[in-house]
Amino acid sequence: MHEFMNMGGYGRYVWPSYGLAAAVLLWNIWSAMRLQRQALEHARRRAAIAASDADRRIA
Amino acid sequence: MATWTWFHKLSSPPHFYRIAGKMIPWYAIPAALLIVAGIYGGLVTAPADYQQGEAFRIIYVHAPAAWLSLMCYMTMAIAAAVGLIWRIKLAHALAAASAPIGASFALLCLVTGSLWGRPMWGTWWEWDGRLTSQLILFFLYLGYMALRSAYDDLTRADRASAVLAIVGVVNVPIIHFSVYWWNSLHQGSTVIRKGGPAMPPSMLIPLLMCFAGFTLLYAALACVRVRAEVLHRERNASWLKELGQG
Repeated sequence: MHEFMNMGGYGRYVWPSYGLAAAVLLWNIWSAMRLQRQALEHARRRAAIAASDADRRIA
Repeated sequence: MATWTWFHKLSSPPHFYRIAGKMIPWYAIPAALLIVAGIYGGLVTAPADYQQGEAFRIIYVHAPAAWLSLMCYMTMAIAAAVGLIWRIKLAHALAAASAPIGASFALLCLVTGSLWGRPMWGTWWEWDGRLTSQLILFFLYLGYMALRSAYDDLTRADRASAVLAIVGVVNVPIIHFSVYWWNSLHQGSTVIRKGGPAMPPSMLIPLLMCFAGFTLLYAALACVRVRAEVLHRERNASWLKELGQG
């Protein structure tokens, strides 16, 4: 295990590379999901406002 | 004719929204499996390189990140051109959705390249053709995003940023051929070269898995982001009401 982490002396270059790759992948997934959630939330709110306006017009 | 109808239907926002939503797991699940398997292969099963030792394992994140940053830029520029010429909003949405993805992978490529360059070349950075043109790619993404956010009006943001994306395409072949045009510290191409890949299958297969996995991940991320863009753009469309009720 220690040998694997050491990477033939290159561990301090290899592991930060993989760590950053994991961070970039996770950031991409997280930010895309957050964007979709926000867009859906805004669309729902707009639809609700439009619906209540329509109700008021009828009343 | 049939193709055109299909294309026309797909470019209609509600239809695209549904189709793209269904496609996400078909891209995301194989992407996850390929990336996990490719990284495992690259870190564990692939033998150490005879010249570079264990440091060469950085290739399994560096090269796919480089590929994705370029492919993403081409997608962005072509989508921007399509949006500009045929005034298809969905194309602009795809271009806008691609920029942050591409920027993040361009950055990953630069930093992992630096981490690889330090032990192999003895320097973190060198102003040579490959490294400089890749840095310009990263700045093009940032410039594109900054330009978009400078406009309140989406239509104007779409047009102005599309022009920037198209002009920036000049940089793509420069990145690709830079290692042949100029004396570079950067090594030449390993996979796509005359005489076939310069790697045994035990090294090559995990690398190809990472390439495929990153590409599919881009497809999944682009689907999610374009869907969000569509929701944002179709402010008053009646089909959105169904979402409000659902």
